[in-house]
Amino acid sequence: MSPETLARWQFGITTVYHYFFVPLTIALSLLVAVLQTMWFRTGQDKFLRLTKFYGKLFLINFAMGVVTGIVQEFQFGMNWSEYSRFVGDIFGAPLALEALLAFFLESTFLGAWIFGWDRLPKKIHLMTIWLAAFGTMLSAIFILAANSWMQNPLGYQYNPVTDRAELTDFGAVMTNPVLLITFPHTLAASYLVATGFIAGIAGWHLARLNKAAATTPTLPAGTEAEVDAEATAAAERAETDRQEQISGFRWALKFGAIGLLISGLAVCITGDIQGKVMTDVQPMKMAAAEALYDTEAPASFSVLTIGTLDGSEEVYAMTVPYVLSFLATGTLDGEVRGINDLQAEYEEKYGHFGIVNFAPNIPVTYWSFRAMMGLGFLAMAIGAYLLWVVRKNHLPRSSWWFTAICVIAPLAPMFANSFGWIFTEMGRQPWLVFGVMPTAAGVSPGVGAGTVLTSMIVFTLLYGGLAVIEVGLMLKYIKEGLPEAKPVEVVENDDQPLSFAY
Amino acid sequence: MDPSLLPTIWFILIAVLWLGYFVLEGFDYGVAMLLPILGKTDKKRRVMINTIGPLWDGNEVWLLTAGGATFAAFPGWYATLFSGLYLPLLLVLVGLILRGVAFEYRAKRDDARWRAMFDWFAIVGSFVPSLVWGVGFANFVVGLPVNADHIFIGSFWSLFGPFQLLGGVMAVALFLTHGAIFIALKTRGEIHEEAKAFAWKSGIVTVVLVAALVVWQNLQWGTGVAGWVLAAVAIVAIAAATALARAGREGWAFAGTALATLAIWVGFFVTMYPDLGFDNSLNQGAPLDLWSAASTEYTLTIMTWAAVVFVPIVLCYQAWSYWVFRKRLSVENLPDDTGQAEAEPEPQRVAAGAAPVDGHGNDTPTDDSTGRREQGTDGEA
Repeated sequence: MSPETLARWQFGITTVYHYFFVPLTIALSLLVAVLQTMWFRTGQDKFLRLTKFYGKLFLINFAMGVVTGIVQEFQFGMNWSEYSRFVGDIFGAPLALEALLAFFLESTFLGAWIFGWDRLPKKIHLMTIWLAAFGTMLSAIFILAANSWMQNPLGYQYNPVTDRAELTDFGAVMTNPVLLITFPHTLAASYLVATGFIAGIAGWHLARLNKAAATTPTLPAGTEAEVDAEATAAAERAETDRQEQISGFRWALKFGAIGLLISGLAVCITGDIQGKVMTDVQPMKMAAAEALYDTEAPASFSVLTIGTLDGSEEVYAMTVPYVLSFLATGTLDGEVRGINDLQAEYEEKYGHFGIVNFAPNIPVTYWSFRAMMGLGFLAMAIGAYLLWVVRKNHLPRSSWWFTAICVIAPLAPMFANSFGWIFTEMGRQPWLVFGVMPTAAGVSPGVGAGTVLTSMIVFTLLYGGLAVIEVGLMLKYIKEGLPEAKPVEVVENDDQPLSFAY
Repeated sequence: MDPSLLPTIWFILIAVLWLGYFVLEGFDYGVAMLLPILGKTDKKRRVMINTIGPLWDGNEVWLLTAGGATFAAFPGWYATLFSGLYLPLLLVLVGLILRGVAFEYRAKRDDARWRAMFDWFAIVGSFVPSLVWGVGFANFVVGLPVNADHIFIGSFWSLFGPFQLLGGVMAVALFLTHGAIFIALKTRGEIHEEAKAFAWKSGIVTVVLVAALVVWQNLQWGTGVAGWVLAAVAIVAIAAATALARAGREGWAFAGTALATLAIWVGFFVTMYPDLGFDNSLNQGAPLDLWSAASTEYTLTIMTWAAVVFVPIVLCYQAWSYWVFRKRLSVENLPDDTGQAEAEPEPQRVAAGAAPVDGHGNDTPTDDSTGRREQGTDGEA
């Protein structure tokens, strides 16, 4: 394989891997902040226990997000040095600002949050998690600004003397229409993952606690009064704890399920607007999403197509009339341009770049677009179902079916996020920067295929091993349920044990 | 030659970011590398890890910011450097990945083999970057050969000359001493005494290595009086730090290793001005240097404003977090292992308060097996 193909695979693997952890970090940091605020406001133990429970899972996830992100910061220079040289004047600025404004904020205040339970006054400690959550969002804005510029470059001019793209208007880069809609879409999709995560885990625990109640035998009649009293007291404590766990997880389930519906709705609305922006600035991507070869007006949306592998001939298609026109243009009979038309236009306009085929890989764009939407709708349906399960005083019954729902609740939106990004990024091919720089022109000229292959194998193996460890830890702590609520006080005595230490 | 002052300002700013990284992560790396040496029991290891627990992640961001700032201010530098030094950078990244999960994950299971594995992640993940950055910066002194297209034309093995290897060994020794003094500064009891004793021994070795490096650097790639002044500062600072550590003045000793680190790396950056550590002698075209690698004035101006506003803010809140976690730790302070690192509430605070403590950790009881904590439940039921 050529260094270009390998570099593309490597960037794809490492980015998709990084993005398994990112949405959960972005959204869960703020949701944990909300839980802690609930505790701060009400003083109820259940909110403290929920904060600690989901906070711990958040930290396990955060560690993986950080280490996979470090690689990305340097990979541009390692594998894509000509790209970095060409666009660094523009692309580097958001990256540097992300580190300066966001990474410092989240890392410093998250450290203070983790260790500050007994060192900081409650209010300041609460502030640290809010600042960390704010930092994760800030970082998303900057990195999406960089990516949106690659999708829709503006605010720059080409300088033939230095042979590079040079920034002329930073404001235009930060108000790129693609950025303005991609950020809310990404944010909403992140909340879909985190609320699915919260609801799924809470649902599984509720079913488990419900079953535990059903199977707990009545206390055996004691022979000795003391033993009996002790056993009764222990059973009472266990029952009290169970009731509080149920109360906590019930709250969390509703919180998560409502969150799924709200964020799902936000994903739909932002996704719809994004589709129209995309049709405007990257019509080829829209055509590829639909495998629409010939321009149509009105255009129908194909829900599912079975055809030849390259999508050029369809065997069977399930279509809904007018929908594609509406998605793309906002009117029922708007014209949607097809791949063949665009290919002809681009050959005219961009022929001098030496690109032969201006269309991306059609099966990938077609199916990733559908997988993204399908999984997103599935997550919303699960949210509605979970709300129905706990209506009035109901508790879920433990069954393989319900466990499956709880497992799918976070996984469906997580994979929807991956497919969305795969669609966005592969739909831009053959361009690195749309209309400005072909992908093939961006790779590092001094780096051989063997070197890229080496790093790709190293990262894949390392990431794979860490994923096994991470999932194992997640499951361990998910199973443990809500930790005990312990008094939170500021340590004054030098010899007193800390409430948290690694 | 005065096209603009901005590239020079940004060269200095990027140097500052790297300096922040080496001064702050230097002791983080040292602490982790000392785990097998000073951390003979799990409790001691935990004390060591917890001295940097709340701080190490923020410290590491200095590196990411240095990388991002290089990309923004000197795309030509970023592109040539990181594609040229591909394999060394891969080693650093693998180290940082292993290290990045080590502290958080090691505490999550109360199992000796599990903890040993993550300890090795931390040790290797600290040793490898220390060594590679030392070798790397020595290479910038020597000069990385580039061609007319500004592409690195040396080989991987050409990076390991004797001066470069000395640079790597020096960095490891310096960070070990820096870390030992930091542990001494942040702990009480037995671990404090052991860290002090180690700092004295490693300090002597470090003085020799630092002296050899800076003298060699100035003899062969000298930058005049400034270079010799920096060399002298480095040697005096590391020697003073070693002596002060022995005398029990850990605060001043720590300032000494920090100053030595600063002087050494300022020396590196002075040598790298203005060719950024590249050797253009084989290059027939325009040289790769500060000016040809720089971004446009417009970008640099925006970045300068961002730096002027936000770097002081970052410094303030990082200093705040150091201040919040300023207390010395001892094995007494660690909650029992419950596999989830949660403490039992202290049952008798009055009794604990009566323990003889002078607040500076000079004569605190150091018995690991003090019975005081036995009423804690042994987690992992």
